[in-house]
Parts: sequence; C-alpha cells; structure tokens
Amino acid sequence: MKAQHLQLNNVRIALQGRELLAVDAVINAGEVLTVMGPSGAGKSSLLAYVAGFLAPAFEASGELFLDGAHLNRLPAEQRRVGLLFQDPLLFPHLSVGGNLRFGIPAAAQDKDAIVTDALASIGLQGFEQRDPETLSGGQKSRVALQRLLLSQPKAVLLDEPFSRLDTHLRREVREFVFKRLREAGLPAIMVTHDQEDAEAANGAVIAL
Amino acid sequence: MVPASAPEQSLVGGMAQRALRLAPWFMLLILLAPVVLGVGLTILPAFGYLPAIGGEQFTLKHFVALYQAPGLTHSVTVSLASALVTPFIALSFVLLFLAAASGTRLENWMRRLVAPLLAIPHAAAAFGLAFLIAPSGLLLRWASPSVTGFTSPPDALIINDYWGLSLMLALTIKEIPFLLLMALAALPQIQADQRVNIARSLGYRRGLAWLLTVTPALYPLIRLPVYAVIAFASATVDVALIIGPNLPYTLSVQVLQWFNDPDLSFRFMAAAGALLQLALTLTALLLWRGLEICFAAIGRAYALSGHRGRADGVLRGIGLSGVALAVGLSIGGVVALVLNSFAGFWRFPESLPRSWNLRAWGDASADIATPLGNTLMIGALATVLAIALVIAVLESEQRFQKRLSPSLILLYLPLIVPQIAFLFGIIVATEFLQWTPSIAMVVFAHLLFVLPYSFLALSEAYRRLDPRWAQLAATLGAGHWQVFWKVRVPLLLAPCLTAMAVGFAVSISQYLASQLIGAGRVPTLTTEAVALASGGNRSIIAVWALLQALLPMLGFMLALFVPRLLWRNRQGMRGSA
Repeated sequence: MKAQHLQLNNVRIALQGRELLAVDAVINAGEVLTVMGPSGAGKSSLLAYVAGFLAPAFEASGELFLDGAHLNRLPAEQRRVGLLFQDPLLFPHLSVGGNLRFGIPAAAQDKDAIVTDALASIGLQGFEQRDPETLSGGQKSRVALQRLLLSQPKAVLLDEPFSRLDTHLRREVREFVFKRLREAGLPAIMVTHDQEDAEAANGAVIAL
Repeated sequence: MVPASAPEQSLVGGMAQRALRLAPWFMLLILLAPVVLGVGLTILPAFGYLPAIGGEQFTLKHFVALYQAPGLTHSVTVSLASALVTPFIALSFVLLFLAAASGTRLENWMRRLVAPLLAIPHAAAAFGLAFLIAPSGLLLRWASPSVTGFTSPPDALIINDYWGLSLMLALTIKEIPFLLLMALAALPQIQADQRVNIARSLGYRRGLAWLLTVTPALYPLIRLPVYAVIAFASATVDVALIIGPNLPYTLSVQVLQWFNDPDLSFRFMAAAGALLQLALTLTALLLWRGLEICFAAIGRAYALSGHRGRADGVLRGIGLSGVALAVGLSIGGVVALVLNSFAGFWRFPESLPRSWNLRAWGDASADIATPLGNTLMIGALATVLAIALVIAVLESEQRFQKRLSPSLILLYLPLIVPQIAFLFGIIVATEFLQWTPSIAMVVFAHLLFVLPYSFLALSEAYRRLDPRWAQLAATLGAGHWQVFWKVRVPLLLAPCLTAMAVGFAVSISQYLASQLIGAGRVPTLTTEAVALASGGNRSIIAVWALLQALLPMLGFMLALFVPRLLWRNRQGMRGSA
C-alpha cells in the first residue's frame, strides 16, 4: 500500500472566543499521534474537526490534508477518515456480518467473500448471522475495527478507544488495534487520558 | 476509488436536500393557514357579513341575539367549569400519583397500561362511562337491590345532567392517561430520582420530596399538553353530545346546533357563538395561567418554609385512588360496552343479561362497510402523510443542526384554538369555492390534529438518538440519505410506529372535523356512533363504540409487536420504543 500521511496545518479550535487547542502536525503512514489532556480540553473536538462534523458552535481554523488532498471542504462521508469511538457502536439492528458490510464500499465485488475473510482474520469464523449484542467486549471491539478497515480509510481517528474496557482486555485490544493500523499503513490520531495508551502507541505525544 | 456514496451531488439528492430545508416551514404553513384563515372567516359572518346567505352589512345584532339566547349563561358556565375543573383534577391526580408511585413497580405497570387506555377514543369512553353510571347502568345493577334497595332504575338524571358533572367525569378519566403519558415521557429528562433522593436525605418524606423537587421541573415540560387538555375540555363536541347536558347544551354543542339549523340565518349566530367559544377557551387558559402563578408561589413558599409535612400519606392516597378510579372506570366502561353489545333481554336490577345474542353485531355488519372503509382510508392517509412530514421536519433539524423551537410552538395551535372556531370558517371558504365535500378534504382536516400529536409523540426520541450513530456511519462513507435509511429509520422504527399509532388513534377519534368538513356525506365510525347517541338502542351503540375503540387498539398492538418480531434476534433493539 502506498505511503500516506495526514497533515494538520495550524489547526485552532475555540469555543465562545476561548481557544481550546492549537495543533500543527504531520502524521506519517503507520504512525500514531497521541493527544492527551484533561476532560473539556477539546480533545474530542479536534477529532470531530478532522472527521468533518464539528458542531457549528465551535470556531475552527486550519487546513487539513490527507495524502495531499484538501479535506476541509469535503463532507464527512467523503473524507476517507475512519473513527473508533469509546464504545464499539456496532449497529444493533444489523447482524455482525451486516455491520461489516455497512463498511464495505458499494463498488466492491463479492462482498460476502470479503465479510467471510474479514471475520476469519479476527478469529470470528462463521459469525455472519450473529446478533452483535451476543459478542463479548473484546469481540465487539475487533468487529468495530474490522468494519472501519473495510471502509478503506486513508487515516484513522481513535477517541479514547480503550477506556471502557477492563484492564486485562484493554492490553489485548490495544495491541490488536495498533498492530492492524501499522499493517494497514494508516496515519492515526489518538485521544486518551491513559499514559499506557500513549506508550503503546509509540509515537509523538501532544499534551493539552 | 469512488467513496461509498456521492448522492448529494446528484440532481435528485440536491432537490430532496432543498425540500428538506423547507419542510419545517411547509408544516407550519399547512397547520397555521387553515386555523388563521378559518378564524378570520368566522369573524366576518359573526359581524353580519356573509353575502352567500344575504349578509351584506356589518352589524352587531347577532351578538345581541346570542346574548339573548335562552340558557346561554348556563352553557358558558358549564363549558368554562369543565375547562378548568377537569384539567385541575386530572393534573392533581397525575402529579400525586407520580409522587406516590415514582420508582416503584406501580410506575412500571402504569407505563404499560397507559397506551391502551389512551387508545380508547373519547366517544367510546363516554359511551362506556354512560353505560356504567346511568340509572340503569352496570354499577347500579350490581349494587341493586342488595345495597341500594332499588328494584327499578331510580328516576335521576345522572347522564346528561344539568351541571355537566357526568361530562366532567368523562373528560377527567380521558385526560388522566394522556397527562400521565406526557409526564412519564418527560420524567427521564429531569433526573427525577436524583432530585427525590436528595430531598429525602434532607428529611423530606417521599411524596412531598417528589412534589417539591420534581414538579417545578416537570410542569414546564408538560405545559403544552395541559393547555391542549384545557382547550379540548372547553370545546369538546362529541363527548358533550353523548354525555353532556341537554337543556341547555354546552356552548360548543349549542353553536353546532345553530350551525346545523335548517334556517340558514342561524349561521350568523353560530359564527358569533364560535367567536364566543374562542374567547371562552382563551379566558380559561388565562385563568389557568393565573392558577399556575399562584401554585408556583405557594409551592416555593412552602419549600422555603422548611416544613417536612405530615400529610404525605394522605396526598399519596389521593393520587393512587384517583388514578385507580380513572383506570377502573375506563376498563369498567369497556366491560359495560361488551356486555351491552351481546345483551338480549336484560331486566333491572339483574346484574347480567338473561340472554345473549349477536343481533346487534349482525345489524351493524350490514351498515358498516362504508363508514369502516372511510375511517380506515382517512386514518391511513392522514397517518402516513403526517409521519412523513414529521420525520422530514425532524430530519431537517438534525441535518442542518437548527432547532426551530420558538416557531415550532405554533405547531400546536390547532390543538389550542377550539375546533368549532376555525372549522366554521373553513366551511364558509369551501362553500364559497363550491368544493364538494370529499375524503381528501376530511383527510386534510384530520391532518391538522394528527400532525401535532404525531410530532409530540416522535420528537423526543428523534432528537435524543445518540448522534454518534450518524457520525460513525458518515466516517464509514455513508451519505446523508444512507444514514437516514440505513441507520436512523431502523433505529427509530419503534418510536416511529408508536407515533403512527398515536396519529391513527387521533384520526379515528375525530368527530367534528369529519362531520363538518365532510358535511355529513363522509360517514365514519365516529360520526355514526355519535349520531346513535340520541337513538338510545344500547346494543347498537355498544357495537359501534367497540368498533371505534378496536381500530386504535389494533394500531397500538401493531406498533408494539412489529418491532418485536423484526428485532427478535437483536437484543440491542429491545426496549428502544
């Protein structure tokens, strides 16, 4: 896969005239930029700005480039920026297979085969018809990541992705996520409170 | 590689997007224009101007005639009294009940019971109550002769009584489930349990803690439904025709009688009366506003006084028994309807009919095809149109991140302005334009009431859906329309179906809109049932009233079971209704 990079040029976000953050960074393929800070520091608003759905109440400036393409004017669904939330947020009305298919671009050929392979690659062979609610916490996290990767993003945002997991599960899921992101060669921004997350990400850290 | 979706750039997508932006304004227009125009066109004939029937000059003489009409003072008094008394009693019972039951198993039972109770249309509930409390009704039969000693029905005017007490009772037992539902839907927004726990830890007993800390936050959220209840109680026609006073009638019924008088010159007086009805309803709302201010001041003074109260048990007892009585009378009414519909020979004071038969059902089945077809068609069309528009408005709100709350309040205008005050003007307009009464016009008239109630039923769920679902779908490449069809609609299916069931029930229960706009040529189950009221054949009335109650019940059952069936293998979709 071609090397990709995500560039944040002088990004500033303010709320009611009070500046929340200023970030200037380049994140190369397979790297994770970690943003740490207390609640209310605007970490999540940075991700919302990059993803393309920052609430209008915020004032934001700064240019975003992904692989040289200018992101600012594109709507969220055309930015090719994937997002992992605190919760796995598997669509409760779809099966596990349906959730994966939701991520696959419409133009893709033989989606059933893609889903089968994807499930096999995360150790969930034959789970196509399962109700997502019946999965364990770790399984849900893996499906959520797999769904994101199937949507063929060019960059990934992680919004405290491990904070809701138990301690033992957290390490396992964390290693899995970072490994898959590195393999896919995707630039990522992670927002977290957790020092261990930052260490595991093994990249630049910005403290707010 | 092409992103998963790019429909926004297409012509169709762009047009739909623009239509969506206009949806809120379109909805306001179709709700407000008829009300404003209708009231305007009622004012003209009230002042003597209606050239079609010879009114060429402006005059006040119709108001003078109205003032001199026999029994008018009494009509006004009864209407105003029921406008204030019934909401006061209903709201008091509801608040005291919630104070007593909040956080208990009773509250959960009530949550389940409240929708079917609400589904019983006003007319059917009034008939049921009448069959229960009439001198030869079920209650007196069951208490006679053992308790009362009566061997023949007492010669007392219980139904259609002079002061409208049975009317007020009928209204109160219908208002209680409505206000309960509204309050139960609003409670999660205000962290009622936390408030109560804090007050209890400060030494307030549970009931008083609830009243002092939850009511002030809850009331503003249910104020609009309360106002709708006041307006309805002040101006109801169908309930008053069935169980209200006869000589004289309530004001709204009196106005309708004048309107239907074969002597067309009574139309001027009817218009003047319709304006008086509007003034009466507004007066009732103003007086209620005064009561609100008084009670708020008393409540605040009491809370600041630090008294912990000793009457907690009494207050809770009143709430529990009041709501239990209302539920009992509603259910008892349905039982009375069922018994009467199958009753053959049934002498007083026998508690059950001596013989049973299907004659009334057989008679009804011969006449039912047209009214049933009309009712279903009008109900289905009004419900579908309303839900489409309501969803469009709520989706527009989500997509353009704009809350239109200040202007959307106007949406409820058709529920506040008395029907008779603007339907009258609409009739004047359609007669002037020489439109023949048609199903389409009745559907449109129903929409004026179905739309606001559907909106009331769906808006909370739509606005509270976790925004992360849509954001997540967008980051996976789904455009606005894909998010809407593939995420929002399925996740909100249960509340959408509930809102449709509410809309359908509202349409079924419409009397005046069908009767006046259809000019008697579009018979529905409700118009036919109410028309039977004066006839007095109990078995036949019971059959029609039951049929009228059955349809909304089916609607609510579908709304409950379709999502369960559809999501039977989806634990995450349970309890999302």
